[in-house]
Amino acid sequence: MTPLSATLLEPETTQQDVADEPSGSVCGVLAEFSGPKELLRAAEMVRDAGYTKTDAFSPFPIHGMDDALGIKSTILPVIVLVVGLTGCAGGLLMQWWMNAVDYPFLISGKPLFSLPANIPVTFEIIVLTSAFTAFLGMLGLNGLPKPANPLFEQERFRGVTDNKFFMYVAADDPKYDGQEVVELFHRAGATWVDDVPNSTSPSRLPGAIKMALLVLFAIALVPPLMIYRARHTTSEAPRFDFFPDMDAQRYRSAQQSSDLFADGRAMRPQVAGTIAVGDFHENDAFFLGYIPGEDDEAPADEPAPADAAAPAAGAPAANEPDYVTEFPVEVTESLMQRGQLKFNIYCAPCHGLAGQGDGLVSLRAIELQQPTWVPPTNLISPPVVAQPVGKIYDTITNGRRKMSGYAAQIPPEDRWAIVLYVRALQKSQHASLEEIPEDKAAVLKNQK
Amino acid sequence: MATALAAPVDTTIEDPTRRPPLVTGDHDYQSITDTIHSISEHKTPRAWYIAFAVSSTATVTFFLLIGYLIYQGVGVWGNNNPVFWGWPIVNFVFWVGIGHAGTLISAILFLFRQNWRTSVNRFAEAMTIFAVVCAGIFPGIHVGRVWFAYWLAPYPATRLDMWPNFRSPLLWDVFAVSTYATVSLLFWYMGMIPDLATFRDRSKSKIKQFVYGVFALGWNGSARHWHRYEKAYMLLAALATPLVLSVHTVVSFDFAVAQLPGWHATIFPPYFVAGAVFSGFAMVITLMVPARKWFGLKDLVTLRHLENMCKVILATGSMVGFAYAIEFFIAWYGGNPYEGFAFINRAFGPYAWAYWTMVSCNVIAPQFFWIKKVRTTPWMMFIICIFVNIGMWFERFVITVTSLSRDFLPSSWAYFKPTPIDMAMFACSFGLFFTLFLLFCRYLPIVAMAEVKSVMPVPESEAKNDTKA
Repeated sequence: MTPLSATLLEPETTQQDVADEPSGSVCGVLAEFSGPKELLRAAEMVRDAGYTKTDAFSPFPIHGMDDALGIKSTILPVIVLVVGLTGCAGGLLMQWWMNAVDYPFLISGKPLFSLPANIPVTFEIIVLTSAFTAFLGMLGLNGLPKPANPLFEQERFRGVTDNKFFMYVAADDPKYDGQEVVELFHRAGATWVDDVPNSTSPSRLPGAIKMALLVLFAIALVPPLMIYRARHTTSEAPRFDFFPDMDAQRYRSAQQSSDLFADGRAMRPQVAGTIAVGDFHENDAFFLGYIPGEDDEAPADEPAPADAAAPAAGAPAANEPDYVTEFPVEVTESLMQRGQLKFNIYCAPCHGLAGQGDGLVSLRAIELQQPTWVPPTNLISPPVVAQPVGKIYDTITNGRRKMSGYAAQIPPEDRWAIVLYVRALQKSQHASLEEIPEDKAAVLKNQK
Repeated sequence: MATALAAPVDTTIEDPTRRPPLVTGDHDYQSITDTIHSISEHKTPRAWYIAFAVSSTATVTFFLLIGYLIYQGVGVWGNNNPVFWGWPIVNFVFWVGIGHAGTLISAILFLFRQNWRTSVNRFAEAMTIFAVVCAGIFPGIHVGRVWFAYWLAPYPATRLDMWPNFRSPLLWDVFAVSTYATVSLLFWYMGMIPDLATFRDRSKSKIKQFVYGVFALGWNGSARHWHRYEKAYMLLAALATPLVLSVHTVVSFDFAVAQLPGWHATIFPPYFVAGAVFSGFAMVITLMVPARKWFGLKDLVTLRHLENMCKVILATGSMVGFAYAIEFFIAWYGGNPYEGFAFINRAFGPYAWAYWTMVSCNVIAPQFFWIKKVRTTPWMMFIICIFVNIGMWFERFVITVTSLSRDFLPSSWAYFKPTPIDMAMFACSFGLFFTLFLLFCRYLPIVAMAEVKSVMPVPESEAKNDTKA
């Protein structure tokens, strides 16, 4: 491979480094013509004379030259079509696999894969792959880039990109005979004809360029090697974040030390004899649901009953705290409605809208046969009906069995409202007609 | 015929009996080469240095501002609830719209065999690429955490463990704009290979010979090469034609797929494409009018070329005006009160000043092109095109900001105010655009010489030979 301008890259070696080519040999005959029409005529004559390893050179494409030279139509469009179709299939496949299989994107219940939504990206991928194929295919079929060419060493040939027109017959043409070709060109009206000698410049890349490429390659390897090393070794130094993204912040975390305080702790203990804002609960019946005795601090510490149905109905266990049996809040219609609202939000998903333990979450878990699922308690079953209101309140506050406490989500007033609504649910599903006020009973009768 | 060419020809006269020549003056193949090559071969003019100093300073400022943005956060912009898109997106759509003329000229006019494109296509394609470069920066820095912009690409992310959502218009946009930039660059470069070879062969300096030689890839004008080259060029044109229409369509989906009144409209794709072509051609004329004067290209880019482009501007400008009217009609005819409010608010609300600026620049200004005198006088078309450029920026501002600032929830309504950083960034993005453009004008063939030579009138010597033969 010869550089475009051998003299530019390595002026000293141009003359000596010719050993690998048979010096003086001819690689073809080149003729110049005065214009595109003359070139076209010459090309037709050369074609009719039976030469096949021919070429015409012009500053711009000449119409009719393909026929005149006998150039077969290129296969490029077929290649582009095949690659474009592959791009189409690949693009669709990629989107389907990425969005529907490997990481299913659930968006408003829309189908995971639907053609219309995936057309824009597919289209862009088709165009991108086809365009690259058209460009690279053109270069590949033309044998470009090809910086070295014996023709480039003809000073006159430089005009081919400006205003000159050339015709060339290669020496390896089966019918090639130097003298005959020269005569043919003269007959065709050539203004200049000459043999093209084989290239005399070195065919190898000059050493300096080779070294430069090698050094560049070596330098380019350094960053990936550093990354590789960093990923596969451990270090005492703290991690270096280019962009910390608020991962590390100035305040101290709970278990960290701090020089600011004498005890060295960043986390400060509660100041003795104080109480935090919002932590002062005067009314135990209201806030706890039971009256704390001397021994039992909190019922949450006691082991929860193994089964909700196990405790005997109405008989409180010996170690149970003193649950309140009367509502510590005023029972009103609005409290009842508040309770219904909150029950439907927080409780109904598992316990069911009627409290029978048949909420959607539970049904789904049973359907999936989740081995660790404990079915939620039926709130209208006799054991729960027998529980004092304080115990139900405590269950909501601290949780039971698999159910976690809701103290953080539901304020005490709303917990009592829910207890009230649970009581209503219990009563409503075991009520006789006599227990219903007369005006409501009339409405119910009419419904039937 | 030959003498007629030598005399000055008014190419703007419509004479159905003969085609007006695409190149005027006494030109042959070599003088075309000389005209174009001399632009880069001559000593760099002082004016170029001055222009380059100004534009490169603006470019450096632009990148400093981006650095400041990354360091400080997006709070340096005026974007705030409820207008989170603000100027960055307005600028993005503005630049991407400008980037439509180049590929339209090179691809669609090529397929329609409009030979007059040959004198202006290189210039317009370069403008396209530089505009898309400016356009690509704005959404890139608008994502907030710029260093995660690569999350937009579908790559197997170990950190995210998920893929991009291919049903999002914003992701379509990433694909559309990046594909458009890549294919435009390919198209531009491939069209330039024969001309780079010309520069390689005519340059005196060894360095230029080497650099042009590397990029010319060993092009030698072989007929067999030309055959595949022309086929590949045709294929690229056929691929780029739907692409250029798709890009602004997808950009319009960014808006139209949202449910916001004023955005959620099916007219957006054609309306955006027409607006893009409109603004792109206006920018081509804005650049071409001074360039043809400074670089002595009046014989190659004739008044007829400019007139043709003015006609395209008139046509697309009228389409845009029609789209504005249809938007209002649909807002009324659709009977959706929110939609109706959005449009009344546009024309008579707090942004009425922007709306009427847009209408006067985009709808009224191009109507002057009905007058032939205006279409064929460079300084007049230059002024109108400046107005069109301004108007098209305001169009994007009106669409983006008026709709966002007053959406469904009146309690969150607010008036958008840009910060000085917003304004400086937009102004400096022109610096980047002109820096790239000045480099292009100085070092690359600004007219497609090979293509012009193939459509120019047969030079005198040829004509004489013809009569003999």
